[in-house]
Amino acid sequence: MLEATQTMTTKIMSPINLLHKHQKALAPIISLLLILLVTAIITPGFLHLRMIDGHLYGSLIDILHRGTPTAIVALGMAVVIGTRGIDLSVGAVIAISGAVTAVLTVNTDFPVWLVILCALGSGLLCGLWNGILVSVFNIQPIVATLILMVAGRGIAQMITEGQIVTFHSDTLNAIGNEFFLAFPIRVWIALALVLITIVIMRKTALGLFLESVGANVRASRLVGIEARLLVLSAYLFSGFCAAMSGIILAADIRGADANNAGLWLELDAILAAVLAGASLAGGRIYLALTIVGVLIIQTLTTAILTSGLPAQYNLVVKAAIILAVLLVQSPKTRQLLSQLFRKNMDYSA
Amino acid sequence: MDLRAGEIRALLGENGAGKSTFIKVLTGVYERDQGTIHLDGQIIQAQDSGHAQRLGISTVYQEVNLIPSMSVTENLTLQQQDKTFGLISWKKAQKRAMALLAKVGLDIDPSKQLDSYSIAIQQLIAIARALSNDAKLLILDEPTASLDAGEIQQLFSLMKQLKEDGLGIIFVTHFLDQVYSITDSITVLRNGESIGTFDTAQLPRAELISHMVGKSLDDLAPASGQNRSQQPLETLLTIKNLGKQRFLQPIDLNIHAGEVVGLAGLLGSGRTEVCELAYGATKADQGETTLKGHVLTQGSLRSAIRTGMGYCPEDRKQDGIVAELSVRENMILALQASRGWWSPIPMVKQKELVEEMIKRLAIKTPDMDKPIGELSGGNQQKVILARWLITHPDLLILDEPTRGIDIGAHHEIIQIIQELCAQGMGLLVASSELEELVVFAHRVVVMKDRHKIAELDGEQVSEHAILQSIAS
Repeated sequence: MLEATQTMTTKIMSPINLLHKHQKALAPIISLLLILLVTAIITPGFLHLRMIDGHLYGSLIDILHRGTPTAIVALGMAVVIGTRGIDLSVGAVIAISGAVTAVLTVNTDFPVWLVILCALGSGLLCGLWNGILVSVFNIQPIVATLILMVAGRGIAQMITEGQIVTFHSDTLNAIGNEFFLAFPIRVWIALALVLITIVIMRKTALGLFLESVGANVRASRLVGIEARLLVLSAYLFSGFCAAMSGIILAADIRGADANNAGLWLELDAILAAVLAGASLAGGRIYLALTIVGVLIIQTLTTAILTSGLPAQYNLVVKAAIILAVLLVQSPKTRQLLSQLFRKNMDYSA
Repeated sequence: MDLRAGEIRALLGENGAGKSTFIKVLTGVYERDQGTIHLDGQIIQAQDSGHAQRLGISTVYQEVNLIPSMSVTENLTLQQQDKTFGLISWKKAQKRAMALLAKVGLDIDPSKQLDSYSIAIQQLIAIARALSNDAKLLILDEPTASLDAGEIQQLFSLMKQLKEDGLGIIFVTHFLDQVYSITDSITVLRNGESIGTFDTAQLPRAELISHMVGKSLDDLAPASGQNRSQQPLETLLTIKNLGKQRFLQPIDLNIHAGEVVGLAGLLGSGRTEVCELAYGATKADQGETTLKGHVLTQGSLRSAIRTGMGYCPEDRKQDGIVAELSVRENMILALQASRGWWSPIPMVKQKELVEEMIKRLAIKTPDMDKPIGELSGGNQQKVILARWLITHPDLLILDEPTRGIDIGAHHEIIQIIQELCAQGMGLLVASSELEELVVFAHRVVVMKDRHKIAELDGEQVSEHAILQSIAS
């Protein structure tokens, strides 16, 4: 009886219910808009865009441009986190892929496409390593990927022989810094990667299986879903994304810096996935919202820099705002809020 | 309830009878709200399990609650370290550990890691630790569940020795044979109430079982009178000599199309084990399963599912639902898994299938995109049933399909079982509720102590007959 009544009320209040259902998705988006709004008030001209020689310029474009490497890495991270895992090695993989790109460009006659393929291949190998440790040897993801996080930078240093290797290549330079149809090329690359991933995840059953395995591996096994290969492929994908990001970062500075390329980027990527609403205990994967999460982090960084706040406050202010966003998103807070909301509804009804 | 020193008492009862609550009150995990506990003539009130142990009540749980990665010595002396000048003296600790192990008749190297020893030895080590603080009352909660026959004998001789030393022992178990071979007296609990305490030697099995299930054999009609002899169409499933060590004694079983085979037995008798081995959820180490003429690959669930099997596990929360996913996603999961990830079921088709199932099974949910974790138990169970019905299985294995759901849904699920059977599906249904089994089962396989002890057919199926075979 009770449930029947619920069904009826649902039908009547469907617009409100729709809002309620997507409440989770709204939180990061509203957070991003709020941060943009506040920054625009503090820093005049923040939202201003100029068109010069068919290229868009402005703080917003700068955010997109700088956010690209993190966005690509976060995409892979979101998938891995969905399987109840984590990939700490992405920063190191960025260094490896950058090193491969630089060394091959300088030392060989390989065409650019082959260099890029080799760099991506190095990322896939790293992903394979992580995936095997996690899914075949059942090592906890945080430990398994920690190995490559530490060793990876060493490998990158071995590839560059401890030097910062600079290179010149028009194509790579274009990937790093040039524009196409008003936007930076790397933004287009990231956009394409995000869209392709979303299509593969949602238009095949891959996303469903990954989420099912992440949320309840025992139940998934009993319906015949083989978790091992799925988890392995998630780490492969994360390695691929990190390598892609490594190519862009190397192209950006026209060189490979094994010590600093992608340093601490894994933490931003994890944070972005969490801001999107993902649980580190696995389950739902939010790809588009993870990109919103990256934009929140990048907007904060850029906004604090342009606001004229003394540089030493940057990190603390950033942390405080992110904490606020996470608090708003936490189930506990949401429960409190929805209780308040419901009370008001009762009165109005 | 009184327990004398030097007495071994069995504590018996079905699921939810209150055994674990009773133990938890005794050991101070739960606060009692009435009554008193006397130990050696003194009223005691344990604040927590540590306090209970200091008072002389020690418990050994079914799952060994020692720390596998620590050495035997560390495990034995964890609660009470041997110190010299305020620092732990491992020499003293080792000595005390050896002394404790000697008490339970173990001669092993205590410096080795605990998990390098077998479960049986670990169990004895757990008892040694329980005895470490001059226990007067020892509670053993299903200590024999994962032991083999020889190990059980070893445990029993230890129990007899402890009994002679004047210890009172409360022995919780599901194995009636063990009750009769070791205990002096029996206390039966049912639905949170004490039914009574009996002398083991003077309580016939049949009477004990009727106390446990709350039905007297005399009250039950010898046969239910329902005539269900019918011509089975074809043999669907043949299980030959299927078994696994320490899990299930080899079993033979046939299921025909259009037939419901019930699995009866007390808690821990092996009902669930039969379901798990038949489906392949647990890999058997001997025997084979044939479905529709195909021999199934042991341990390959996909081959079982593709050949036409479905399985609703006993533990719905752990093994059934994927709580965060929606009703729709949960429902299509098995079908999608058998098609593979590259061949998604079109969304329109998904909605159609789910809509149809929601209607057919009367699943109460505001919409199909609600996370399944937010539905009631009965509706969750129906979604899991629907998950398999969508795959059009020939054989469905249901382990306790009506556990933990309300009366209305309970009735509906029984109806669904009968309908499916009428449509020609074969079903294997394990249930602890005899009155429900005899309603829908054409045949009943009775399990006891992980053996198949009887198979009742057609007119023989009755609560009376089932209880009688368990008792014999």
